[in-house]
Parts: sequence; structure tokens; C-alpha cells
Amino acid sequence: MTAALTIAGLHKSFGKLEVLRGIDLELSEHEVVCLIGASGSGKSTLLRCVNLLEPIDSGRIVLRGEEITAPDVDVNRLRRGIGIVFQAFNLFPHMSVLDNVTLGPRKALGLARREAEARADELLARFGLADKREEYPDRLSGGQQQRVAIVRALAMQPGLMLLDEVTSALDPELVAEVLQVIRELANEGMTMLIATHEMGFARDVANRVCFLDAGVILEEGAPAEIFGAPREPRTQQFLQRIVEAGRL
Amino acid sequence: MSTAIFVALIAFAVVNSAGWDDVKQSFFDRQEFEEAFPEILSAFWTNVKIFLVAEVFILVFALLIAVLRSVPGPVFFPVRALAVVYVDLFRGIPTILVIYILGFGVPALALPGVPIGPLFWGIVSLVLVYSAYVSEVYRAGIDSVHPSQAAAARSLGLTHGQALRFVVIPQAVRRVIPPLLNDFIGLQKDTALVALLGVVEAFRQSQIDVAGSFNYTPYIATAIIFVALTVPMARFTDWLIARDKRRQQAGRVA
Repeated sequence: MTAALTIAGLHKSFGKLEVLRGIDLELSEHEVVCLIGASGSGKSTLLRCVNLLEPIDSGRIVLRGEEITAPDVDVNRLRRGIGIVFQAFNLFPHMSVLDNVTLGPRKALGLARREAEARADELLARFGLADKREEYPDRLSGGQQQRVAIVRALAMQPGLMLLDEVTSALDPELVAEVLQVIRELANEGMTMLIATHEMGFARDVANRVCFLDAGVILEEGAPAEIFGAPREPRTQQFLQRIVEAGRL
Repeated sequence: MSTAIFVALIAFAVVNSAGWDDVKQSFFDRQEFEEAFPEILSAFWTNVKIFLVAEVFILVFALLIAVLRSVPGPVFFPVRALAVVYVDLFRGIPTILVIYILGFGVPALALPGVPIGPLFWGIVSLVLVYSAYVSEVYRAGIDSVHPSQAAAARSLGLTHGQALRFVVIPQAVRRVIPPLLNDFIGLQKDTALVALLGVVEAFRQSQIDVAGSFNYTPYIATAIIFVALTVPMARFTDWLIARDKRRQQAGRVA
């Protein structure tokens, strides 16, 4: 069976700053992989590279057998199959919730408005947002906005979801509702690559956890291994600080 | 109350100053005013027409320039460069020169198929000059939309053009409506420059009236007409700015 996603020898620099220094990572179908690590360790950059929002310097990213980092690929077609959710939601403030969710299906997939709205309504209802369809983003709570952002990505029916610290901008009491949505997606078998600071969540939901440090995956393994018995001193240090902060 | 006293003091000082009677006679002659005003007002319709026609073209053309200036990729360097040169050129040349060059110069060439009407070239000149200014206003608006918005749109598989059209430009235009209206006020006044080509609009009509009587009251009449149009526009702009401010504050609370 081919892997859902293969990342090999990925390097990425911003000017002189080398953010990713050789990332190798493989996701099977239906696998949920959590990326943990300090801020600046390269988690977000890695996700942005997979969604082709950042051009890479060297290496390869292969999605279901197709190299998406090849020079002449149609990036717009490939992005339709990869959903990404951002830390800051990035909803379109001038559009209603419904328009936010239907924009991609209508303009990028060419769906008729009615079809796109039916798809959006189904997803909104599933995630408890049916009564918000006509609202504008600034009328919603952070948790609702982030759930809309997830629905917006799901409306494209992607085969891979990238979640970039989706709860980091939320008030603590709103984190749970967003994590619950992601748990549901994991249970349904969505293949996901998740950058997160929520260690408890990573332990519950991930099949595998990768600890990023200074642009490389320093250690990876099952959640029980990484959180229970980390081998690398850097990983131990990182997790120790998380425990001291009362976050694990 | 303080305003009323202030105004009364100024009015008193002006009316009692030496030479006030001469000023009154040359600039504020009632009879001259009543004769000239209707003529000037009807000529002013030409200004309104120039303004409206030019405005439509400016809004579209300026947006096109602003968009061309933001096209990414090395292949499109010539396009971006051309847009920059255009803006530099037409913001640099005095409007009056553009009007002379196009309005007198081009018709003098007598090229077949090229219009020679002064009204046509007057409007073309205003469109060229104002598009350069307005494109910069648009560009400021486009730059003010956070890159994460375009990234979110692109992440859905939208093309660069679609992201601009559906996500970036609608937000950008909303933000720059007040400065756009400010430029329109400038354009309303500059329609008078088309008089230089011999088009009889409000300013030219008042010149004709003044030449007949050697009294300057028709100029004042023209000034009043222009102000009567620009002041409501200015207050409308103020109102829009205030409304945006209120909305932003409301948004922050919510």
C-alpha cells in the first residue's frame, strides 16, 4: 500500500535562517500524526510546505504517489485535496459563514451554488453550526470561528487535513469544542498531520507523535513512548517544561 | 455660543475694514449674481457629466493598474514595471500639462480615426492622471489585507486571480472608500481644467460673464456651485469614516 503522504529530505530556509533541516516523515492512510515541539521548531513551516504555501528549497513531498513538489504540478488542483486550518482561523470577514464554506467548492471545484450549499449545510449541521450559517465571522466566538474554518476545509472533501495549532488562539474554555471536532474526524479515519501544543490531546488522538527540534524530527513514536519514556534529552527537557507549566 | 461670538467678531471686522465697499461691489454684486448664476449653473452640468464619465473609467482603470502591479512571479516583471512607470509618470506631470499635450497636441496630428473633440481629450486626460492616484489608493487597500487572507483562499485551491477577486479586493475596496471619495472631490474641482481646451463649462462660462462686465461676481457664483457639490461629498466621507470606526470598535467588543 502506498503511503498517504511521504516527506523526504525536506529543507526550507527563510533567508539565512534554516527552519527545516531535513525532515523525513511518512503518514499511512487514516493515520493521525501530531507534531510537538517548541515555538520556532518548524511545525507550522512544515505544514505550510505540505500545502505548497511555502516553496521548499530541497527534498520531496509525495501525496498518494504523486510528487507535489515537482516543478510543473498544478498547485491549485493539489491544494484542493489538502485541507489546512490555521491558528488564527483566517475566515473571510466580509462573507457570511455559508459563503466562507461554499467559496472553495464553488470557485475551485466548480460546484453549482445549490450543491455547494447543500454540502455546507450538512457539515454545519454536523458540527452544531446550522444556526450560524447567515452570521458573519466577527459575530462568532473564537471556538465557533475555528469550527467554521474546519468546516470550510472539509467542504473541499480533502484526503488530508493539516491543522496548525488550531487551539492556540482560543480562550481556554473554548478549546474543548474544537478538539472534539478533531477527535470526530480522527474517528472517521481522516488522515491528519497536526501541529499542537495540547499534549493531552496529542496523547489521546495521535497514532504517532513527532518531536520537532531545531528543524529536524528528533524523536518519534507512539504517544505512550514519547510521553511516557522519551529517549532524547531534548525531548525530556521539553516535556518537563510542559509538565511544570501544568499542561500535561 | 463661543462660535457665534467668534463669527460675529470676524464679520464685524471685515465689514468695517477699509475697502469693503469696493470688495462688495466687485465680488458680491447682487444684480451680476442674478444674471450670471443661471447660465453658470446650466454650464455646470458639463462639469457633472465630465466628472461622472471620468469617474467610471478611473474606478475600473485604476483597479486594473493596481492589480497588475501586484501580479507575482518573475515572468510578469515587465507588467509590474509598466504599471510603476505609468503611475510615476502621471502623478509627476502637472494635470494642466497633460490636458495641453493631449487636448491640443493629439488633435493637431490629424490622425485618421482619432477623435479631435476637446471634451473627449479633456476627459481622457483626467482619467489618465486620476487613475494614477486612485491606483495607489487601491494598492494601499490591497496591501492592508493581511497575507493570511490570500493564503486561506489559495489553500482552498483558488487561483491567484480568484483569491484577489473574491477575497482580497472586496476587503481592500471597503477599506479605501473614504480616501477614494477624497480623490473624487479633487476630480470634481479639476473638471474646470477642461475649460482650457475651450469647453464651455461652469468656469469658462463665468470667465465669459466676467469679460463682459469686468465684475468678478460670476467667479464667486461658480465657486459657490462647486462648494455646494463638494461639501456634501466631504460630509458623506466623514460620515463613512466615522461609521467604519464605530463598526471596528463594535467588532472588537464582540
